[in-house]
Amino acid sequence: MFRRIGAVIYKEVLHILRDPRTLAVMFLIPVVQLFLLGYAATTDVKYVPMVILDWDRTPQSQELVDAYRAVDTFRIIGYVERQEDLTRLLDAGRAQVALLIPKGYGADILAGRPATIGLVIDGSDPTVANNAYAAALSIAQNHSTRILRRILNLDPRRMPGLDPRPRVWYNPELRSANYMIPGLIGAILQFLTMLLTAQAIVREREQGTMEQLIVTPIRPVELVIGKVIPYVLIAFIDFGLILTLGALWFRVPIRGHLGLLLALSGLFLLSSLGFGLLISTVASTQREAMLLTYFLLLPSIFLAGFLFPIQAMPQVLQWVSYLIPLRYMLVILRGIIVKGVGIEPLWDEALALTVFGIVVMGLAARRFRKRLE
Amino acid sequence: MDRTIVRVEHLGKQFGPVRALADLSFAVDEGEIFGIIGPDGAGKTTLLRILAGVLRPDAGSLQLFGRDLLRELERARPLIGYMPQNFSLYGDLTVRENLLFFSTMYGASDPAWMDRLLHFARLERFLDRRAAQLSGGMQKKLALIGAMIHRPRLLLLDEPTTGVDPVSRRELWDLLSEFHLQGVTILVTTPYLDEAERCTRVALIHRGRMLAIDAPDRLRASLGHPVIEVIARPILQVHAALMEHPGVLEAVVLGDRIRLVVREGSLSPEDVEGVVRAIPGAIIQEARWAAPRLEEVFAHLMRREAVDG
Repeated sequence: MFRRIGAVIYKEVLHILRDPRTLAVMFLIPVVQLFLLGYAATTDVKYVPMVILDWDRTPQSQELVDAYRAVDTFRIIGYVERQEDLTRLLDAGRAQVALLIPKGYGADILAGRPATIGLVIDGSDPTVANNAYAAALSIAQNHSTRILRRILNLDPRRMPGLDPRPRVWYNPELRSANYMIPGLIGAILQFLTMLLTAQAIVREREQGTMEQLIVTPIRPVELVIGKVIPYVLIAFIDFGLILTLGALWFRVPIRGHLGLLLALSGLFLLSSLGFGLLISTVASTQREAMLLTYFLLLPSIFLAGFLFPIQAMPQVLQWVSYLIPLRYMLVILRGIIVKGVGIEPLWDEALALTVFGIVVMGLAARRFRKRLE
Repeated sequence: MDRTIVRVEHLGKQFGPVRALADLSFAVDEGEIFGIIGPDGAGKTTLLRILAGVLRPDAGSLQLFGRDLLRELERARPLIGYMPQNFSLYGDLTVRENLLFFSTMYGASDPAWMDRLLHFARLERFLDRRAAQLSGGMQKKLALIGAMIHRPRLLLLDEPTTGVDPVSRRELWDLLSEFHLQGVTILVTTPYLDEAERCTRVALIHRGRMLAIDAPDRLRASLGHPVIEVIARPILQVHAALMEHPGVLEAVVLGDRIRLVVREGSLSPEDVEGVVRAIPGAIIQEARWAAPRLEEVFAHLMRREAVDG
């Protein structure tokens, strides 16, 4: 039994080593994805281009502009004189925020009257708009408080009112890499194991070698184990690759216990390998296997909370997300890597993955037969 | 002692609406080279796949060495060697890697036997060549020794010589004879009737049914109609004229001659000469009685089947 499994593993490794395309898929895709997501898919809003229309031109208006210049949320690209120019810049997307300071602003401030300013925000990208909106408002409020304090001549330490002291745990700089990269590990593990397992078996059927394999006394379980092990190893190599690059290049902190993470990843792989096997029992060509994998993978990427938060989804989709193993794995990855938690808060997720793994593998094993039909 | 090695009874197989095999029964004795002949789509491949345990039949029973094959399939596997119609070894593995892999699958690593097989097939020099880079004939030989790697007692070969050049074809048959001499029983499908002549017995399958089964010479004798061979020119006009004759059952152009299957007592070579001379401009060179060929037997059986069924 073990000799047969060993021979299947050896043969499979030879296939992999002799096919540069598979090798590229296995090691290039994770790295490319890592850099794409690490850089491009960042939800950090920084350096939003801002244009100023200052009809006032007083030291007071200059002070307000400086307040906006001081934060890295905005990047002031310049001043315009006329409203049409401002519209043109926003239309062209060269500016996404505009600050309008009307004539008389400085005089109003000095006289202690309410002073109006205008803010125009390009709402076509809601992520940017939401962040810019909040940042622009809070800068204006802070500036307003400063003006008030000056007029009332108050000691800053004895200011009445609220003094909120927010503290961000786990990811104090709110870097989205700390959120995306652990999630990416889950997505990549799932993608590779599902696709490669399905293809490795379907390829035998497509190329006719399955017919020769079937007539040997190999047992289905030996075949499946031998076929799957190389891809599990590759999945873990990729796991290490992404984690190392993520830690060294994107400075993702790894706070939790790696052994625990590996163990729970193994649990997660059960279900994605099972899905791969299920696909292989349905698909008759590698192309079909590829399409089926994408068909299963895309919704799981969108619904598991990899890119978009589950809390923001309609209730029905939230229920659907419970059926996606990746959902639980993402909680585990982010919990262990970013928060540094142990197993206690993750029991539910571990249990869910175990159930999924057993059910999916069981279904796959039932469907997997040593026959051509 | 019962020397029956394969016994098939009332075998049936359906693929959706298509009936691939219907009520097929036959037995193969130990030491036979049993040929299965039939046009494309007759069900030859399906039959072999069922015998190899790759497909399951819908009806009927299958016995191998007196045991129920369907129930004890996994235990029977080491006794069977199977070579599918299409190349089914790994193209990206070398000759050696392929043979070692399959011998491990059977738990039958025997380096001396592997060397002998390589020697028989004259593949020793290509041990480290990837299977995909072998010529078509060498691939077939590799597949054949691959099917023999675990010393099976029964070889199932699905069109082992299709698409192979004449030299390789002869080499493959020499290999088969070698294995046959060593006591292996062989079941082989082939579209070539000259290969059928080398079999101890031949079964003709048509549309999933058994039309005839016997030794090649007995089958030839079973035609029941005399055959006349005619050499004449212009061959197409002569052929057309002979087709018109009520005594002619079949007329086939074969190279420079015409072969006629005629109704007993209706037409003699002399009558044929008369027919040809009546065609303006036609020249007859020869017309004589000839021995029936397997092809004529099968064509005749298939035609009768078509008329009956």
